[in-house]
Amino acid sequence: MTAPAPPSPVPADAPAGGIRAGGGLWVLLVLLSHWRRSPGQLATLVLGLVVATALWSGVEALNEQARASYDRAARAFQGAGVPALVASEGGDLDQSLFGVLRRAGWPVSPVIEGRVRIAGEPFRLVGFEPLSLPAGSGLSALGGGGADGGGEGEAFTNFVLPAGRTLIAPETMARLGAAEGDRIATTEGRALPPLLRSDQIAPGLIATDIGFAQVLLGREGKVSRFLLGPGEGAPLAEVTDVALRRVAPTGDDDMERLTASFHLNLTAFGFLAFLVGLFIVHSAIGLALEQRLAMFRTLRACGVSALGLTGALLAELMVLAAAAGLAGVAAGWLIAQALLPDVAATLRGLYGAEVSSVLALGPGWWLSGLGISLAGALAAAGAGLLRVHRLPVLESAAPRAWEAVSRRRIAMLGVAAAGLLALAGALAAWAAQLETAFAAMGCLLLGAALALPAVAGRALIVAESLSRGPVMQWFWADTRQQLPALSLALMALLLALGVNIGVGTMVGSFRETFTGWLDGRLAAEVYLRPGSEAERQRMHDWLAARPEVGAVLPSRAEETRIAGWPVELQGFTPHPTYRQNWPMMAILQDGWDRVAAGTAALVSEQLARRTGLAPGDPLTVPTPGGDWRLTVAGVYPDYGNPKGQLRVAVAELERRWPGAALASTAVRADPDAVPALLAALAEGTGMDPANMIDQAALKRESTAIFERTFTVTAALNTLTLGVAAAALLTSLMTLATQRLPQLAPLWALGLTRRRLALIEIARMLALAAMTALAAIPLGIAVAWILVAVVNVAAFGWRLPLHLFPGEWAALAALALAAAFLAALAPVLRLARTPPARLLRIFADER
Amino acid sequence: MLSVTSLVKSYPTPQGRLEVLRGADLDVAAGECVALTGESGSGKSTLLHLIAGLDAADDGEITIGGTPLRGLDDRGRARLRREHVGLVFQQFNLIPSLRVGANLAFQARIARRHDPQWEAMLADRLGIAALLDRYPDQISGGQQQRVAIGRALAARPPLILADEPTGNLDEATSEEVVRVIRDLVRESGAACLMVTHSTHLAGMLDRRLHLTGGHIA
Repeated sequence: MTAPAPPSPVPADAPAGGIRAGGGLWVLLVLLSHWRRSPGQLATLVLGLVVATALWSGVEALNEQARASYDRAARAFQGAGVPALVASEGGDLDQSLFGVLRRAGWPVSPVIEGRVRIAGEPFRLVGFEPLSLPAGSGLSALGGGGADGGGEGEAFTNFVLPAGRTLIAPETMARLGAAEGDRIATTEGRALPPLLRSDQIAPGLIATDIGFAQVLLGREGKVSRFLLGPGEGAPLAEVTDVALRRVAPTGDDDMERLTASFHLNLTAFGFLAFLVGLFIVHSAIGLALEQRLAMFRTLRACGVSALGLTGALLAELMVLAAAAGLAGVAAGWLIAQALLPDVAATLRGLYGAEVSSVLALGPGWWLSGLGISLAGALAAAGAGLLRVHRLPVLESAAPRAWEAVSRRRIAMLGVAAAGLLALAGALAAWAAQLETAFAAMGCLLLGAALALPAVAGRALIVAESLSRGPVMQWFWADTRQQLPALSLALMALLLALGVNIGVGTMVGSFRETFTGWLDGRLAAEVYLRPGSEAERQRMHDWLAARPEVGAVLPSRAEETRIAGWPVELQGFTPHPTYRQNWPMMAILQDGWDRVAAGTAALVSEQLARRTGLAPGDPLTVPTPGGDWRLTVAGVYPDYGNPKGQLRVAVAELERRWPGAALASTAVRADPDAVPALLAALAEGTGMDPANMIDQAALKRESTAIFERTFTVTAALNTLTLGVAAAALLTSLMTLATQRLPQLAPLWALGLTRRRLALIEIARMLALAAMTALAAIPLGIAVAWILVAVVNVAAFGWRLPLHLFPGEWAALAALALAAAFLAALAPVLRLARTPPARLLRIFADER
Repeated sequence: MLSVTSLVKSYPTPQGRLEVLRGADLDVAAGECVALTGESGSGKSTLLHLIAGLDAADDGEITIGGTPLRGLDDRGRARLRREHVGLVFQQFNLIPSLRVGANLAFQARIARRHDPQWEAMLADRLGIAALLDRYPDQISGGQQQRVAIGRALAARPPLILADEPTGNLDEATSEEVVRVIRDLVRESGAACLMVTHSTHLAGMLDRRLHLTGGHIA
């Protein structure tokens, strides 16, 4: 045998401190090797990161998609980057002004805009003149046109020559079930030029040559506005007598503003789901660190510094987070793809906002998803890494040291929880902004979650002191010992249950309120939507002659702005139908009479809250003919409407806005005669049946819009609950390996494996029940913040709070079932563990 | 190679400070294998931990190869352990997720002294050459301790510190393990300080020191 070589001298160039790259890589490989031996734990960690990243990225994808659609709409036809000339008093301009302005040196381009109905659905139609179109107007979709550059090319020629082309977004074309080259017709039977697919056109919008558009809109020779290119001509006052106003380029601010609260709501849910996912990550990392304490001690003993070890753990975490992040972002894409149709339908139904139903996400989204995964992993593991860094090397293998740190942490968390809950109360009491309201909610949820271990610990001490018999005493004491390891999963469960109860209570309260409110709002038996003034008159005359018709109540609508907010002005026919049924929050004693007389208006709740208006207050409404001074007669709830609303007598509205748009006409009639009446109306006047809606159908439609609004919320709610259940399951699965040495002594003392298994199930059920109980007051608090603070700040209306104990019981049962299932696998493993294995625990015990 | 002078260490207890070491002195020369004996709680492991830089002394001086430990921060002490000290524990402390071969080479790798030939020779001498592809939980306690000894020697440190390396082994295996450590240390020219309860095992080594009352007798 050859003698080993003597030790080589320590290299003079050895680094002063940390391990060099090669050694560091070895430490990293050693750390990573742990996962090969613990694939379940690795799966937990990766699952947590994937879920957290997926839900966050999915929601962000939805928001980004919506924003991109708004931007696209704004870029295309709101004149972003392109100023325009409009009539000072509103309304259309004469097309002849085009030549006048061009000759005076104004680089203008005419645009007409209006709405057409195709297959019963409204679409925005824009007509433009491609030759004079300014660059950057968003309408240069024809390649050859634009910037006065002269039209060239086949696309341009086809666009302007007879037959023409209708530019349409691919999504809109798909929605209509049409193909390129098809000729589709409006509901009135007017055919559009053949369709030409264009990615530059916003979904829901149709664009064609101005000549075709004028005919389709029935506004021949009219122009909505003149887009302005760079440069100016002679002073406008010298060029024309028509009062023109230059409007600055704007984005689609209203849409951004109206939908902001919806997107914030989505973001808040995405963040909550992300947070719950991070609980899993935190739990998995904490256990992985605890299980590797002996390994850390060995590494330290072999010469790895605390900094080097922490650095290697950090590198390991980043490697895992990057891999899981990529999978999470991909899963987020799938979630967004699945939820997008509902989100698009909600935005269309509630706000009239068109969102493309085809996901188009840039590299920025993918990178930010990956970034959030890395940041989330860092946040979830930060405290654990710090503890590894600070834990004395000689104590690191002693579980008691770790446990002591955990106990101290629980006490500190209790103090932090008290502070957060106090802050939540203060924020909720004074919240006026949506951000503050969500901050209050965040503090409440986080405070409650952090308080859970301390509260549960106290409850278990009480239970232990009340219990009799050694097994029961051991049961409670052991449950308390398990608490630090399970607390994160229980916190995740508490958050998910609390939010579910809160959101369920809010939606339930809304549903109950909404149903009663809808009955009052839709008191008439039939609602008709005339397509034109002539049709309205024809319909009115026909109905007036019918004996089964009690009243015909036409209405008109106009839009204006009050205190900077877009406001719908609804002109209605003062009739006892409204006086008797219209739901009001407050009204002056002679309020209805004053509205009928044209001296007062009814104000929607959201407008009243935003402007601070109350019954009896004066109100000035700008009209084309000057200010209209009114009194606020009353305030009514107007759920689901993002805009403020004013209701005035229709005759006064017609007088002040002669061109006010036709709105629906309510018809009072014998309910039994409605089907026959509608059939006769269609036959007698030629009215499209699609524009006749009976009360029941309208209620169905409104309820469907209402339900759809909460589809995404419900989906995210369910996903969050699922994530919490997964957190519980993974925590228990990971703990299961550690439980055997703790239970083996009980088995040795005479408890059967079956009994031990039942005790384990009872323990989980007790903890889940405790968490579910704590979730009820938390859920009610969340619901209160939602209905009394968030709704008011986001939408401007406040809902009465209804409680639904039946739903709480169902959720608690669900939580117990999840806990039971989560406990089942480890318990079965224990029950099936052969005695020889339990004996080995004593043999291996060191 | 190792010099300990007037080493003092105490721990806080509810009854006041417990003085474990009250001025311990010892020297171990290169190529020498010294046994450290003493009653339970006499401070043997504490002394070893202080020498390895796992804990800090209240007073006194430790020098390894002429380098004083005093003033070294955590990174400095880690470097000292990595490059100058091989540690053997009673509980083996192998890395369960690494195969035997990787465990054997681990410290040498992070000290950048990985030498496959030297490690193969060690494995051969330790009688674990056939176990290199197994995981630690697939081999016996005596075999695990041989792997731990191999790991300590693989980086060719000038000082081996062994804390009751035979505490979990039967008598025959213990003798074999001590013999292997002694022979390999002698052949490599390193110094070795081994804590043991067994006077029989202590007698197999070059010299025996006894720790009592916080002093080396």
